[in-house]
Amino acid sequence: MATVRYERRIAAPADIVWDVYHRPETIHLWFPGVTSCSMDGNIRTLNLANGISMPEEIMTIDPVLRRFQYRVTSPLYRFHLGTIDTIALSDDECMLIYSTTSDPDVLALVIGGGTYHAMNEIARQAEARVAEGEK
Amino acid sequence: MGRKILFITTDQQRFDTIGVNGGLYSRTPNIDQLARTGINYTRAQPSSVVCMPSRASMLTGQFPSTHGAWMNGVPLAVNAPSVAAELHDHGYKTSLIGKAHFEPFLDVFGRYTENALANLGIPTIEQPWFDGRMGVHRGFDHLEFATHGIAGNLHYAKWMQQNHFDAIGGFYQVLDADLNVNAAGGGDTGAPQVQINPVARDLYHTDWVADRTIAWLDTLATDDDFFCWMSFPDPHHPWDPPASELHRVNWREVDLPEGYIADAAQREAVIDQKARHWREWYDGRVVSNYEAPAKFVPANLTPDQIREVNAMNAIEVELIDEAIGRVLAAVAARGWTDDIDIIFTTDHGEFQGDFGLLFKGPYHVDSLMRLPLIWKPAPSAGIAPAVVREPVSLVSLAATFLAISGHNAPYWVEGQALPVSSADAEDRGFEATITEWDSVLFGVAVHVRSVVTTEYLYTEYLSGAMHDGTEGELYVLNDDPLQHSNRFSDPAFAAVRRELSARLRAHAERPNERATPGVLVAPV
Repeated sequence: MATVRYERRIAAPADIVWDVYHRPETIHLWFPGVTSCSMDGNIRTLNLANGISMPEEIMTIDPVLRRFQYRVTSPLYRFHLGTIDTIALSDDECMLIYSTTSDPDVLALVIGGGTYHAMNEIARQAEARVAEGEK
Repeated sequence: MGRKILFITTDQQRFDTIGVNGGLYSRTPNIDQLARTGINYTRAQPSSVVCMPSRASMLTGQFPSTHGAWMNGVPLAVNAPSVAAELHDHGYKTSLIGKAHFEPFLDVFGRYTENALANLGIPTIEQPWFDGRMGVHRGFDHLEFATHGIAGNLHYAKWMQQNHFDAIGGFYQVLDADLNVNAAGGGDTGAPQVQINPVARDLYHTDWVADRTIAWLDTLATDDDFFCWMSFPDPHHPWDPPASELHRVNWREVDLPEGYIADAAQREAVIDQKARHWREWYDGRVVSNYEAPAKFVPANLTPDQIREVNAMNAIEVELIDEAIGRVLAAVAARGWTDDIDIIFTTDHGEFQGDFGLLFKGPYHVDSLMRLPLIWKPAPSAGIAPAVVREPVSLVSLAATFLAISGHNAPYWVEGQALPVSSADAEDRGFEATITEWDSVLFGVAVHVRSVVTTEYLYTEYLSGAMHDGTEGELYVLNDDPLQHSNRFSDPAFAAVRRELSARLRAHAERPNERATPGVLVAPV
């Protein structure tokens, strides 16, 4: 089991950042390589740029903690848990933390690489909304 | 009409695996002929001894510490300089067919273009950075990808899946259930990454790369200028060439390599002279890098396993030579022979049993660092055949391609164009080359810098998880061509050490613009 964690400060209110990522059906708007997705209850199926489909189970959508958790249920993974947390640092700044825990270990690095770019895309979108005047 | 360029690369091929360089087991008449009628560099070095940093250096003309793809798994930035883009801007038709690996292979989301292109189709303008000028990707107008076996979602793998699905199971499974490089053995000896592969020869990726190259050349007009990078995935492991070809080299008749020390105690004494991570890996205590199988313990490698690996390797090299011969025949049939420059090289070497080791890693010795490099200039250029023994680097390739095209290298190119003779090398100061290594895998950080001159191979290990910044290696190349005797701590070589260390410092402090080092996003 291995964990890879990325975090970054974002110059945007925590609620705007939460708004970017908390709807499971919008992951293709901020996770690189995901071209579309479909939902069936709490089961999300990602369609990827390489033509592969990846099934996931949504575990947590907690607006109080601003925590989103999901797990990949593909047989390739013996275990996976992805967690995105946003912690307010002030009214206009927050910290985004994107963690990946996985078995096999190597997949934590592989998935984590995607989450690094996803984190940056979430930040970009949130900061763009602030720049456009959203509060 | 200018000079056309055919750039041929292999993957993980040693200097001494081709006939003209003393290879004993592969018949390589086509490559040998290029060397005899062109320029054979006998001391060519990579910028890195793993694929991604080295290949990125070929494309950018920069060292890894400049282009930012500092280890396997760190993608080259999409806006990194590209000699293909420069040539594209100069009116060249550009293609890369075979193995690219500027971006990580282990990319489950397909977020990198190399892994998505086969699914998106050829060509595509789907990528958001496409500007209508740069070609499909990195300056290449045409891209068709293959890698080792049928791994990945690349064009070759998809072609096999769609057209020859029943042949897929014959290839070696490159990764194990933990997604580490597989240590499982096969063949007659149980050697790691060896498998008897019943695939038909014409379906094997070596022939596919040549077939697709010829198909692309067939699309060109006779007077088109072109830069074609034909990139064979072999002889990189896995060693699973078509079973129909195994008759070419009988592993039982293959001698152990000169660099293999048969007596275990003597072998281990030589390894113990080197920096500590050598012995740690040899004994299976530390895996410092992803490229070698995590469960492979070199100390358990048998002489017969080395023989079988080297036989398989030789067969793969021979198939590459024949594939090159077919492409050269196609070039000749188009009437291009007089106006085409052909450059042949590889990205890094392979231990192939030297020191009782296989694969590669942060080990800067000739097994991994001395490469075949041959430039057959277009006959119309009037450049005489030569053998160049001065040290040259693959960082010089980009400038060489641009020189062939009749254009100056832009400011971002660090290497100067390859010399065409020893006198030219001397005049232009080809005295030393630098090879870099940086890796951080699950907390194990290794940082290595080496300089090679005509006389010495000198390495410093920077502070990391396994080194405290005081260790190093110094080999006298003429007296010790196998690098068995480390002179790093020999007082008689103190002055040599100072001079070579100064060269490494000068490299580290070179005043050029550097990309922000990329982020590690995959193990390979």
